[in-house]
Amino acid sequence: MADPMHQFEIHKIVDLPDFTLPGVGTIDMAFTNSTLAMTIAAALIVLFMAAVTSKPQVVPGRLQVIGEGVFSYIDNLAVGIIGHEGRSFFPFVFTLFLFVLVMNFLGLFLVFTATSQLAVTATFAAITIGLVLVVGFARNGIGFFKLFVPSGVPWYMLILVTPIEVISFLLRPVTLALRLFGNMLGGHVAMKVFAGFVVSLGALAAGGGLGFLGIPGAALALGGVVALTALEFLVAFLQAFVFAVLACVYLNDVVNLGHHH
Amino acid sequence: MDPAAAKYIGAGLATLGMIGAGVGVGVIFSGFLQGATRNPSAAGGQFTNLILGAALTEALGILAFVLGLLILFS
Repeated sequence: MADPMHQFEIHKIVDLPDFTLPGVGTIDMAFTNSTLAMTIAAALIVLFMAAVTSKPQVVPGRLQVIGEGVFSYIDNLAVGIIGHEGRSFFPFVFTLFLFVLVMNFLGLFLVFTATSQLAVTATFAAITIGLVLVVGFARNGIGFFKLFVPSGVPWYMLILVTPIEVISFLLRPVTLALRLFGNMLGGHVAMKVFAGFVVSLGALAAGGGLGFLGIPGAALALGGVVALTALEFLVAFLQAFVFAVLACVYLNDVVNLGHHH
Repeated sequence: MDPAAAKYIGAGLATLGMIGAGVGVGVIFSGFLQGATRNPSAAGGQFTNLILGAALTEALGILAFVLGLLILFS
């Protein structure tokens, strides 16, 4: 039986020469299956959005309704959480949502999920938190640190609350990266393990004798695989949505610092 | 004890942290359903908050899962 972790292995498709960055070291520039999955995802998004907006009509057709639906869904989300300034962060949130969503879905159709690589999700988390820091310092200056001192808290409680706030802020990029990575990894491993049950119980039944008892077990495992696949489609959407919501919430913290809208 | 066996036992014990996350997510959804059945008209507007709370709670369970993987593969 195949190892359930085998599907997450990175292998080179086209080996490109190494690139040496001064001060950082040598970077392997090879075109891997992870790069391929991300390229397909990006190409699909661009093609889809180009097809949707190629012939815009006042009364939209089916394709245009899908595109506009996705667009207005994230637009409402960003404006609902950040407020009227959310529109200036909409392109970032929309890109993040669509890219994660398409990569998650592609993982269910292809053999490789790009979002099950910690390097990929950590990059997304680093970009998000980097934007939060840049926006926070650009808008509030040194007042950014008011984020760790909630208003209306008595001073003796601040001794306890401020370290908690600092730690929770530092944990944000970690949890952001690990949530997406863990959900994708865990789901795909569970699917592979259940699929492995079908094969091993089927082999038991083929062995003859009392092994025929393996057939109902294999059927049960097959049903489990089907149910898990349906669940994974839900999780794929939900995790992309959660990533977009959390990016909005973290941006809202620094955009509307000190005053709630 | 055999170090390899201890490693597997440790990885299994690390995943016990998911119990807390499971209870937490259950509490969130039970709270949402209680509120939603009492005032169904307000339920739709709280969907984002529901998913947000579930995601933040679930992150702790994922931390336990990743810890288990780290013990297993390091």
